[in-house]
Amino acid sequence: MRLWQIALNSIRYRSLSSVLTAFSMSLGVALVVSVIVIHNVISDSFNRSAQGYDLIIGPKGSALEVVLSTVFYLKAPVGTVPREFLDELETGKYSNAVEHAIPVTIGHHYRMCPVIGTSQDFFTKLEFMGGKKYVFTEGRNFETDAHYEAVVGARAKIKGGLKLGDEFRPADLGDYSDAANDQEDHSPFKVVGFLGATGTPNDNAIFVNINGFYGMHDIPVPEDGTSGEDGTEEDEDHDHDFSAILVMTKQVSAGSKLTTEDLLSGNIPDAEQMNRMRPDLAAMALPALIDKTGDAQAVSPSKEITFLFDNMIGNVQVVLIMLAVLVIVVAGIGMMVSIYNTMNERRQEIAIMRALGARRTTVMAIILLESILLSLGGGILGVLIGHGLIGIINPWISAYTGIVVELWKFQWSELILIPGLVILASVTGYLPAVVAYKQDVASSLKP
Amino acid sequence: MLEIKNLKKSYAEPDGGELPILDIPAWKVESGEQVVVVGSSGCGKTTLLHITAGILRPTSGHVFIDGWDIPLLTEAERDVFRAKRIGYVFQTFNLLQAFSALQNVLIGMTFSGKHDKNRARHLLERVGLAHRLHHKPSQLSVGEQQRVSVARALANSPKLVLADEPTANVDVGNQQQVIDMLRETCKEENVALILVTHAPDVAGQFDRVDHLPEINLVLKQKTTHSHHK
Ligand SMILES: Nc1ncnc2c1ncn2[C@@H]1O[C@H](COP(=O)(O)OP(=O)(O)O)[C@@H](O)[C@H]1O
Ligand SMILES: [Mg+2]
Repeated sequence: MRLWQIALNSIRYRSLSSVLTAFSMSLGVALVVSVIVIHNVISDSFNRSAQGYDLIIGPKGSALEVVLSTVFYLKAPVGTVPREFLDELETGKYSNAVEHAIPVTIGHHYRMCPVIGTSQDFFTKLEFMGGKKYVFTEGRNFETDAHYEAVVGARAKIKGGLKLGDEFRPADLGDYSDAANDQEDHSPFKVVGFLGATGTPNDNAIFVNINGFYGMHDIPVPEDGTSGEDGTEEDEDHDHDFSAILVMTKQVSAGSKLTTEDLLSGNIPDAEQMNRMRPDLAAMALPALIDKTGDAQAVSPSKEITFLFDNMIGNVQVVLIMLAVLVIVVAGIGMMVSIYNTMNERRQEIAIMRALGARRTTVMAIILLESILLSLGGGILGVLIGHGLIGIINPWISAYTGIVVELWKFQWSELILIPGLVILASVTGYLPAVVAYKQDVASSLKP
Repeated sequence: MLEIKNLKKSYAEPDGGELPILDIPAWKVESGEQVVVVGSSGCGKTTLLHITAGILRPTSGHVFIDGWDIPLLTEAERDVFRAKRIGYVFQTFNLLQAFSALQNVLIGMTFSGKHDKNRARHLLERVGLAHRLHHKPSQLSVGEQQRVSVARALANSPKLVLADEPTANVDVGNQQQVIDMLRETCKEENVALILVTHAPDVAGQFDRVDHLPEINLVLKQKTTHSHHK
């Protein structure tokens, strides 16, 4: 028998206390694993969901709120973007910098799914996750001329319980009554296609022809904007405005490299200059130009998401990791106490091993190994529980954010648990191991 | 094989004095020899065996085994020496409760570095426990447990087996079997055996019976002293 086999045997002999100690250790590890996995996968998804466009032309105000409403559909838009911007981006003074510009109108829902008004280009011109195309698993994209057609995301299909050919009426955000879905003051939208899963918040959404939105009674109004007596006039003005415009700018094409000179000329070009500039340089100037108009702002989704992640979710994560480490340390102390408590009943056992020729250091090593094996066992269990936990909250996260966490996606950062647990186990196993080391043989062998 | 010279052992008393237990000027055991040491309870039998095995250090004197003077070795050296050359059978609680009979025999081999599963099996078969290899001590009778101890004592092919009242806790019907197993296997393996007991019927079976009060001056003086009274 090898020393680790001896240690393993002692663990099995005290199976109840071993299982309990390992289990408490596994809970801490499960917490760490969930935090690590969710961190990596969500930060991945956060970044990847924004791909497909690199600028959002949104209403003035908080850039972060523009991203939350436009990328994640998590809140109502804070305002509108004048319709003229789309023309300027597509064919007008900004067109030199723009590859695609796609309008979206946000602020309605159907059975908890956000309903987004957009153009059919959303599915043909935008890509997600860095180069993937939208796929229709059933049906087709909506026609530009068919104002009341709708395309449904993979999760929204299930949540909304929709089939091809179904008709539905979106309701205003904030009004979740059944009546809201049944109001008959505009034509219903007809489902003509279903999208394949993308792992982005779009899975959760229903997309309708943006032209159909203008036929609807209630067009989204600014959240904190003017509503009330003079609101009607305002609404008239904004009837054909958008919540945001998604812009894919022209990228640096092969062969054309930015020069330091280009980069250092900090002046904002005017529209005239824009048209004479190289497109990729024009794209760099675009945000400043939009901001200068004072009617809208250009938001870089990846910048905002990184900010959001680092400053808010990141902090929550540090707290969670600290909590998890605390749980692990407490479990480690529990393990120490549980092994220490067995030392008395093991006086005999240790004395026999010493009489058989085991050295002091050998019995010490056996106790340390026991501690290490227990925490590694708890660690493995914890990794399984952690991933299982993610599996349980997975549908919940997906339902609310549209982010699909890949359950069994093992993160390399989880490997840090191995040396971490071995160190912890050596520290907590040290006290009982020293007791074993110091034990007198002759007196323990007396009956 | 074993030669004790001027061995003295005394324990420190709580009041600071010294309580002499052993004073053995000379005592010898030849290799392969079987000796029974008889003495009443508390006369120092276990202390003598502990010193011989290197578990305890004498206050002074020499214990030669195969030319090595055991008290001169460091503790770690004595541990290795014990693992390789000495088998030990205790009165009770001989076995590790967490391990099967076979594992208990193998564990002795772990500390000496000679892992030989076949030999472990063979020894257990020899003491009549072929059908009990994977039983835990709690599933064995005391007699069977002592037979496992006998097998374990011989596992590393020692030069000397020390048995400390090995049948004191065994029921009368099974005592003889344990003694027989111990004596037979030691003979087969040509291992010297020192068995201590205070039971006359066990002692009577040995060719050589040494009475501890005869070889231990501490006890001799005490008896002389009481005679004069
Ligand atoms: N650690 C010790 N400290 C003090 N006295 C001890 C210690 N160990 C044993 N003794 C004493 O030494 C004497 C011999 O003990 P022991 O060798 O166990 O006798 P036996 O095995 O013959 O019954 C006893 O009187 C006992 O009380
Ligand atoms: Mg004794």
